[in-house]
Order: sequence, then structure tokens, then C-alpha cells
Amino acid sequence: MSTLVLLLVTGLGLGGLYFLVASGLSLIYGLMGVLNFAHGSFLTLGAFVGVGVARLVGTDTWAGLGLALVVGAATGAAAAALTELGLIRPLYERHIEQVLVTVGLSLATVALFEGIWGPDAQYLTGPPWLESTTTLAGARIPNVAFVTFVAGALVLAGIVLFLKHTRYGLIIRAGVENRAMVTALGIDVRRAFTLVFAVGGAAAGLGGVLASQYFGYVSPHLGGNLLIFAFIVTVIGGLGSLTGAAVASVVVAVLQQLTNYYLGYGDLVVVLLLAVVLLVRPSGLLGRKA
Amino acid sequence: MSGQSMSGPVLQVKNLSARIAGQQVVEDVTFDVPAVGVTAVLGRNGVGKTSTLRAVLGLIERKGEVLLGGERVDGDRTDKIVRRGVGYVPEDREVFAGLTVAENLRLAERAGPNGTSPERRALVAELFPDLVQRAEQRAGTLSGGQQQMVSLARALLNDNILLLVDEPTKGLAPRIVGEVAEALAHAATTVPILLVEQNLQVIERLADTVVVIDAGRVVHTGQAADLLGDPDRIQRLLGVHAGEESL
Ligand SMILES: Nc1ncnc2c1ncn2[C@@H]1O[C@H](COP(=O)(O)OP(=O)(O)OP(=O)(O)O)[C@@H](O)[C@H]1O
Ligand SMILES: [Mg+2]
Repeated sequence: MSTLVLLLVTGLGLGGLYFLVASGLSLIYGLMGVLNFAHGSFLTLGAFVGVGVARLVGTDTWAGLGLALVVGAATGAAAAALTELGLIRPLYERHIEQVLVTVGLSLATVALFEGIWGPDAQYLTGPPWLESTTTLAGARIPNVAFVTFVAGALVLAGIVLFLKHTRYGLIIRAGVENRAMVTALGIDVRRAFTLVFAVGGAAAGLGGVLASQYFGYVSPHLGGNLLIFAFIVTVIGGLGSLTGAAVASVVVAVLQQLTNYYLGYGDLVVVLLLAVVLLVRPSGLLGRKA
Repeated sequence: MSGQSMSGPVLQVKNLSARIAGQQVVEDVTFDVPAVGVTAVLGRNGVGKTSTLRAVLGLIERKGEVLLGGERVDGDRTDKIVRRGVGYVPEDREVFAGLTVAENLRLAERAGPNGTSPERRALVAELFPDLVQRAEQRAGTLSGGQQQMVSLARALLNDNILLLVDEPTKGLAPRIVGEVAEALAHAATTVPILLVEQNLQVIERLADTVVVIDAGRVVHTGQAADLLGDPDRIQRLLGVHAGEESL
């Protein structure tokens, strides 16, 4: 019983991390029709820069963690916005080229990160409370799992509120349906493109700092590893569906934890789940019908 | 009415060509839209009427010259052209189905000199009381006629210098066709309209001048009354008899 609780709650925590990456993928794909393979690099960069700044005050202090989160999110947002402006925008509406550029960028940046920070993982210690556990129904749950889950939920709530109650949110929801008509109303939809990149990049940067707490290290491959599962989650949830991505994040992560413990091969099971969803419901759990 | 000079045409299209997926759909089209009244674009199905409007707006790639109020705009992006004061009511309405009526209208509101004013909002509310009542309804669940009202309202919310309206009566019941024509007639008292329309009764009621397109080219321009009074010519240009309902 206590093992089950442990697996469920750490699954929720991992799901929170997946969603921090998948939310941006989903927003960007929904509005622009582009699968952003460089998204993991925003996460990695956010983690390295955020944690690097935190080291100045001490990564084991709350101030250090708070600083890392703010700086990580800002770095992710800035990197994503610059990517959109510099590489994606010049290829306006040429989706295949846009995707290829993000693939190239992800490969180049991983090499760049290895050059700057070295290829190996850098371990770090967070604030003592984050490093310890809370006992819940007999299970000793790492506190960091609660934090990553709550962070994912807050980001979901924040994005939903933003989409529902702001002018740019309105433009994004309309653009997901019919980009051309949005421009025909006199709106420069490209600004919304930059904005979804920035929002997605901020969530990824936040995810990078939290992932480094969750796993206990930063490495140039942190983003890439999470990106694979974030892609799977985005497809299972339904490309472009934010709530779909949220549900699938939790389902995939919990399933992964359970199978890893009871059967092994958790990653394989996730890929099988992906295959089943694609066969039975190609548009994903909550995706619009193709 | 904006300070548009009454003398020159509000829109000049010169040697406009456009292709979609490698196929020439607009070929060397030239015509003017006077600064007052309704200019109707006629032609059989698939001759390139919609494509002509879309090319004017830059929604499809085009070559040639487009002048709005005497200024070249063919190098501009669609949103920039629209902000100069162009209202677009596309074929098949293109309302945002997942957004409410109020959200559809809010999205269409523009700032700036050709934009939305309290008077404009009041006018739209007066012309389309149904939309006020259904403000919180999702546009995708509206009837076709109601969706057309949303689409028209989006264009009428702004103080435009030109409206491009594409088959606003398509697929509507006769009574609703009358309502749409009424709204357009009202709009036409303050803003010139370039109107694509197949219904000859609507043309007769609204249009001052006509431009007939066939196979991507302009084959006739002139006074609406002259064309409508010449059944042989209508038959030749449009393949329908005057007074016959077209689909
Ligand atoms: N997206 C597209 N892909 C390929 N061909 C297209 C596309 N859109 C339009 N066409 C072609 O361009 C030509 C002109 O189409 P357009 O819609 O401009 O005609 P139209 O005069 O508005 O017709 P209708 O009266 O039926 O609305 C047609 O032959 C049409 O098949
Ligand atoms: Mg048409």
C-alpha cells in the first residue's frame, strides 16, 4: 500500500515536470502548427543559468531556489522568444522548414551546452526541506514531488486564465481555429507567435530548474530526455490540446512509475501506450478529430 | 464616414494576378471601386471572385498593383492593409466557432482612426439585436444566418473606408437574405462596398456598378442597371436568366 502511494505521488510529481515541457509544445503546435524540437534546449538553458545564479547565494537556500526559478523562467522565455524572432519568423508558414530548424537548433545547442558546461551531470543540493520526505499513508514521499506537481498545476491554471481573460489569450484561441481570419481582422498574429514561444519557454525554464531539483543534477541532456516524454504526452493528449496534455502528463508519468517498479520497462510501456492511442484514437485523448 | 475624398476611387486594382497551388486563379484583373456605393463582382462559380478579394487582401500570393485610397498596398501584409480601414466579410462567414459571439466581436474591434467607436458599437447592436441577446453563445452553435450577422457585425464595428463582402446571402433563407441586404444597404450609405453576389435580386437592390469575371479575367464593367436590363448579356456572361434565382 505504502509503495503504491509512493509510486502514485512521485508519478504526479513527474507528471508535473512533463506538463511544464508539454504545455509549451502544445501551445506552440496549437497556434502555429509547428512541433518545436528545440523546446528541450530552453529547459536545459533555463536550468543551467538558473542553477548557476542560485549557486551565488547557495542552492540549498530558499532564496537560491527562488532566484533559480525566476532566472530560469526568464532565461527560457528569452531564449524561446529570440528563437521565434530569429529563426521561426523568417520561415513564416513554411512548417516543414520551421520544424527542421528547431531540430538543428536542438542538436547545435546540446553541443554548445557540452562545450560550456561539460558533458557530465553537475550535482546539486536543494533546500533541506526539498531534500527530505513527508510521510503519507505510510509512504515516505520526497517533498520535491509535491512541489513539481503543484508547479505544473499552477502553470496550467495560469495559462488557462491567460487564454480566457486577456486580449492575447483571445487572439491565441482564435488563431488556433483560423490564423488567416485573425490577420484579416487587422491583427498581427506573429506577435502571438512570439508570445506563445515566450510563455512556453518560461514554463520550460521553470521545469528545468525543478527537474534539476527532482533528479538532483543538471546536464546538457536534461531537456532532451524530458522532451521525448513531453512529445509522447502531447501526442497522447491530442496535439494542441492543453488540458489533454495535462491529463496525459499525469497518466503517462504514473503509468511509467508503476510499471518501472512492478514490471520494469516503464519507458517501453509508455511507447506502447502511444502506439495504442495512435491506433485507436489518432487525434489523441482530447484532440480535435482529424 | 472617414475623410475619404469623394473624387478618386477608394480601391484600384491593376493587372492583379494570383495563383493557388500553382494554378492561375486570378489573371490580369483590373477594375476600380468608386468611393461611394456598391460595386458588385459577378461571375459563374469558380471563376475567381473569392480569389480576387483574397488577393486584394494579400491572403494569397499576388502580383500586380492594389491601391487603397490612392496608396500602393500590394506590398503590405494582410493585417496592415486591414488596419488601413478595410472590413472583410469572407465567403462562408468564417466566424470563430469556439469563441462566443461577444468574443468574436471583441476580437474584431480595432483601435486607431479607422477603428471602433461607441457609435459603431451602438449601430451594430441596433442592426443585429439577436447578437446582443446571444452574446454568450458559442458562435459555432449559431444558425447560418446568425453566423452571417456576426461576420457582418465584425466588419461594421470599425469605421472602415471599404468593405469587401463575399456572397453574404449564400445558403440563407429568403427572409434572412432580405435582412442581410437591408444591413448592407444601411452600411452602403456610409462606406463603399465591393460585393461578390450571385443573387440578382440583391444585386438589383444594392449595386451601382458591376464587374463581371470569367476564368480569372474581367470580361465586363459598367452600370448595374445597364447589365440587369439586358437579359441576353446576362445569359451570355453569367449563364443565368435575369430574375432567376441562383444558388
Ligand atoms: N485552396 C485552393 N486549392 C486549389 N484550388 C483552389 C483553392 N481555392 C480556390 N481554388 C480554385 O481557384 C478557382 C477560383 O476559385 P474562387 O473560390 O476564387 O472562385 P469563386 O468565383 O469565388 O467561386 P464561387 O462562386 O463558387 O464562390 C477555382 O477553380 C478553385 O477550384
Ligand atoms: Mg467564391
